[in-house]
Order: sequence, then C-alpha cells, then structure tokens
Amino acid sequence: MSALDALRLAATALLGRRWRSVLSLVGLSIGVTAVVLLTALGAGAQDFVERQFRSLGTDVLAIVPGKVETSGALPGFGGVPNDLTLADAAALRDRVAGVRSAAPLVIGNDTVASGARSRQVVVIGATAEYRGVREFELRAGTFLPEGEWARGKPVVVLGSKLARELFPDRAAVGARVRVGAWRLRVVGTIASQGVHFGIDMDQVVFVPTSMALRMFDRSSLNRVALRVLPGADADRVSDAVTELLVERHSEEDFTITTPDAIMETTGRIVGMLSLAVAGIAAISMVVAGIGIMNVMLVSVSERTAEIGLLKAVGAAPRQILGVFLAEALALSFAGGAIGIGAGLLGARVLAALYPAIAGDPPAWALAASFALALFVGTLFGVLPARRAVQLDPVAALAKR
Amino acid sequence: MIELVDVWRTYDVGAEKLHALAGVQETIDTGEHVAIMGPSGSGKSTLLNVIGCLDRPTAGSYRLNGREVAGLGEDELARVRREEIGYVFQSHHLVERLDAVANVELPMTFAGVARSERRPRAMEALIEVRLQDRASHRPSELSGGQRQRVAIARATILRPRVLLADEPTGNLDRTSGEQVLDLLGGLNAGGITLLVVTHDVEVARRAQRVLILEDGRIVHRCAGRDLTSLADALGSAARAPADLSG
Ligand SMILES: Nc1ncnc2c1ncn2[C@@H]1O[C@H](COP(=O)(O)OP(=O)(O)OP(=O)(O)O)[C@@H](O)[C@H]1O
Ligand SMILES: [Mg+2]
Repeated sequence: MSALDALRLAATALLGRRWRSVLSLVGLSIGVTAVVLLTALGAGAQDFVERQFRSLGTDVLAIVPGKVETSGALPGFGGVPNDLTLADAAALRDRVAGVRSAAPLVIGNDTVASGARSRQVVVIGATAEYRGVREFELRAGTFLPEGEWARGKPVVVLGSKLARELFPDRAAVGARVRVGAWRLRVVGTIASQGVHFGIDMDQVVFVPTSMALRMFDRSSLNRVALRVLPGADADRVSDAVTELLVERHSEEDFTITTPDAIMETTGRIVGMLSLAVAGIAAISMVVAGIGIMNVMLVSVSERTAEIGLLKAVGAAPRQILGVFLAEALALSFAGGAIGIGAGLLGARVLAALYPAIAGDPPAWALAASFALALFVGTLFGVLPARRAVQLDPVAALAKR
Repeated sequence: MIELVDVWRTYDVGAEKLHALAGVQETIDTGEHVAIMGPSGSGKSTLLNVIGCLDRPTAGSYRLNGREVAGLGEDELARVRREEIGYVFQSHHLVERLDAVANVELPMTFAGVARSERRPRAMEALIEVRLQDRASHRPSELSGGQRQRVAIARATILRPRVLLADEPTGNLDRTSGEQVLDLLGGLNAGGITLLVVTHDVEVARRAQRVLILEDGRIVHRCAGRDLTSLADALGSAARAPADLSG
C-alpha cells in the first residue's frame, strides 16, 4: 500500500464523516487561533509598556527625595531626608552643566470646579520648563508662564478631556475655575495625551509649582525632572547632580533615576510580561490539545469495527495505522493552517480596533502552535488506533 | 486443506470458563463444500472465525495448507487472511462510505496491487456477481442480496483457496438467497474450498458434507443429500436449527 493509497482512504474517511471532521477541524483551529491571538495581544502589551517607558525619555533624569538603597530598604531609613526644594531645583538648573531643562514637580489630588461642575483630579505643580522635559502639544492658549518659580501666578492649564467636561459649550481659556480653595484663571489646555503611567493626562491640571506647594501646604517637591542636552552624557550629569545636592544637603538623601535604571525596570517588566504570555499560550495549547484528543479518541472507538473489517480483508496492522496516520496528519495540518490563518486575521482586526495594544503574533507562537496541532493530532489519532489494531478481527468487529 | 486437532476456544466470563469450542477435530480437504449446522450458541461462528484466522484457538492445533497458524505473527496472519481466505459475513460488513467497486478494491489496496489494475479487476468481479450496473452505489443504496454479492466479490477478488460464509443467506429472501448460493456453488465448482454456516436445511443440503455442532463439539457428520432423513433421525441437534434463527 502506497502513501497515496493511505491518503485516499483517509480522505474518504474524513469526507464520509464530514460533520465530525469539521468539528475536529474547528476544535483544532480554535486552539491554534487562541494561541496566535493571545500571543499577539501579549506582544502588543509588551510593546505598549516599552513605548510608555521610552516616552519618559532616555535623556530624562528624575530626582526624588529619600534614598532608595539597592538593598530595597525604605527611603529615609536612618534619618528624615531633607526637603527637595525649589532652591535645589534652581541650583540644578543653573549650576549643572549639560542640563537642558529642569522642572520642579509637586503632585497631589484636589477637586477642580467650574460653576456646578466639579471633578476630582490629579494636580501637578510644574513650571514652564516642564515642556522642555516632556514635550507635548497644547490645544489652546499657553502653558504655565515663564519665570514664575517663586511667585506662582494663580493660573491653571487643563487636560483636554477635563477642559471639555468643565466647559462643554465655551472656550476654557480665559475662564476661571476653582482648584481646592483657590480661584485660578485658565491660560491653556493641552492636547490629548492618553494615559501615562496610570495617570490620565487628559484629566490633570497643571498649576505653578509654588502655587501647588501652598495648595498642599508642603515644603518639599515630589521630584525634579531634568532633561540633559543632546549629546550630553546622562551618567556624568547624574554624577554632577549628586555632587551638587550632597553639597547642599550635606548627605545623600535623594535618589536619581537614570535612563539606565528606567531601561532596567522596563526590561524586568517586559520580561515578566513575556513570561505571562508564554504561560497563557501554553495553557491554551493544552486546552487545544485536549480538544483534539477527545475528537480523535471518539473517532477511533467509533471505527474499531472498521479496523476489524480491514484486518479481516487482510490489512496488516502497519497499513491500518498508516491510514489513521494519514487521516490525523491531514486533519491536524488543515486545522493548524486554518487556525494560523484565523489567528493572523484576528490579530489584524484587533490591530484595526485597538491600535494602542495591537501587536504581531511572535513567530515562535506560530511555529509552536502549528507543531503542537500536528503533534497532538497525530499522537492522539494513532495511539488509540494502535490499541484497536492489536485486537483480533472478531473482537474489533464485535465493537460498535 | 484445513486440519483442526483438538481445538478449543475458551472465554472467561466472570469467574467461569465458557467453552465456545470444546475439542473440535476435523479435516476438510481442498475443494470440499462443507455446511456447518447446530443450535444457536453451539459455536458455529466461533469455529468459522478460527478457521478464517479472525480469532485464535485457546488450545489445540490448526493447520492451514500444512502450516500451523497458531505461531504466526500479525503481519503473516494478515497475509494469510489476504491471500488464502475469503470471508463473507452474515451482515455483509461493507464500508458504507465506499461505493461497491471501491469496497471490492479494498483487499487489493492492502495487497499492493497496482492502482491501474485495481479498478478493472474490481469491475470484472462485479460483472461475475452481475452487479456491474451498481458499481458506484453505496452499500445503503443496494438490496440485501446485492450487498451480499458485493461482499462475495470482495472476498474472492484475490482468488483465495478457502471461502468462508457465516449465514450468508440469513438476512435474505429465498430468491436473493438462491442467487447468492448459486454464486457460492459456482465458486466451489471452480475449485475453491467452501464452508457455509447455516440454519437452513435447504442450504446445507447443497453441501457435500454437513457438520453438526453442539456445545462446541462436532456431534454428527453426514452427507448433504442425506440431511432430510438425518433431521428425522436426530435428536435436539437437528431439530434445533429448524426452529431457531440466528
Ligand atoms: N466475545 C465473547 N465473550 C464471551 N462469550 C462469547 C463471545 N463470543 C461468543 N461467545 C459465546 O460462545 C458461544 C458460541 O458462540 P457462537 O457465536 O460461535 O455461536 P453460533 O453457533 O454462531 O450461534 P448463532 O447461531 O446464534 O450465530 C456462545 O455461547 C456465545 O455466548
Ligand atoms: Mg453465529
């Protein structure tokens, strides 16, 4: 019996039980599709996280009060850290070489209200320099005024969505809003930016840093964001910052987050995500495998009588296994191919619907899910048949 | 030539041992036409299955054409089934998803007959059983007699020397039954050894010899033409087949 004969017999078997074949195909391809889609989603999520970290800027340093030991001890252990003050920030801006801009930041929560409308929002105290650290577009008006470090005019810049919600039917710029107990004039709105590290940038308000310090009754900044000049060495700038601040505080009671550290964290998070994606893929593969196994087991037990008959007309066990192998291979091959096709198509559709988190399924997922379909399909197609083939023809024929 | 020496086929049914064959002793010459009769459960099908290598004796010796079958491996057994034995079942056992001619081709596929040769040979075999115009019919699209004739064509396509038929007319009306019996008779006349299990005295009367089984043992042997008188003379064994149907 040639391979072609085995394939032809297998084809009649598959076509003869069209419904079951279709079901097995569906089961197989759903498993493969699941793997392809899930890994595409995982890859998209990885990309997303990576992009978020990159958008922080690889040339941005962040200085926060308190020392984070590499051992993981709490910041400030061994003494209360000195405040990180506006004066510190100004010194960094003026005295460290290679700094392009430095923005003193204060972050808090408060209500913002216009007439009867009010929202609980994140309030970011910043200065005009912040736009030099993180570049973003304005929708209308201006950003916070230049040269207002110490005084802090009573002005505010609104996130795009917040501006729309507070002022649905008129321009926000020029209007007045209350932030906490303060009445501030809206000088600008920023263009839509989306969610950034859990903060919806479309719903924040920016006020001058010194205003925010008064608002939240604080003496210390939450951080100084500092962008180095193009071509400057971020590590050298970081060393200079350390030197200057140690001189001012007479101890190292602050932490500098460098691009390297950011990239390291990114790497860790992305690695975790990859692991999660691989786990999800493995689980869906197992589920798919069990589905295939069931279909194949049923198919063989249904056909034990036929195996008996083939033996009765003189088929050798190896020949019968050949027919089952051909059948399982044809089925798993088609199922795998359909699954991959559907998965790729699905990934496209996802990409069209949710561009932010869309990704391409990784090649290893395509290869692995296809190989798994072939392997499981073949194994479970042939293994039960092996048992049936060992029966004497009468015993097999008696099974129905 | 079929030589059975003290053949037993024992089933374990729970704790008990059930002897479907209990020491069968028989020699059947090449070219003979033998009928096997006996009450239901007497072991007729079991005997035929053992002879057809579809089942193995639990004990005893079975020599087919001088060769002991007991020691053969799976592949050799497959070859024996393919080349030396044809089997016709009471319920035809055709493959439903294959049409008549493809069913007849099946043994040739496993025997390695070239593909170009199979179709013409299968068609010839269908002509011999006068079903050439039903070649592309599925088994479900054939009458019971036609199915049985396709089964005969399939059983004989590789020209075996022994043809075994287990109640081949059991499901058929008299006319189709006679067509089938004529076919089998013709094959026997052509030299094939023919064994037919039957409940029907008319069928058994066509045979040269009749073996009567009871409780897994051959209890009587006679010539086919003597069967009517034997039925009168016999006790339970001969009465039972007339009353019982498989
Ligand atoms: N797989 C089996 N397991 C246990 N007992 C079996 C099995 N197959 C057959 N038997 C028993 O063996 C005995 C002989 O069965 P067999 O089928 O040979 O009878 P038979 O003469 O062909 O009967 P019938 O005329 O009804 O076809 C019966 O008692 C039956 O119950
Ligand atoms: Mg029987």
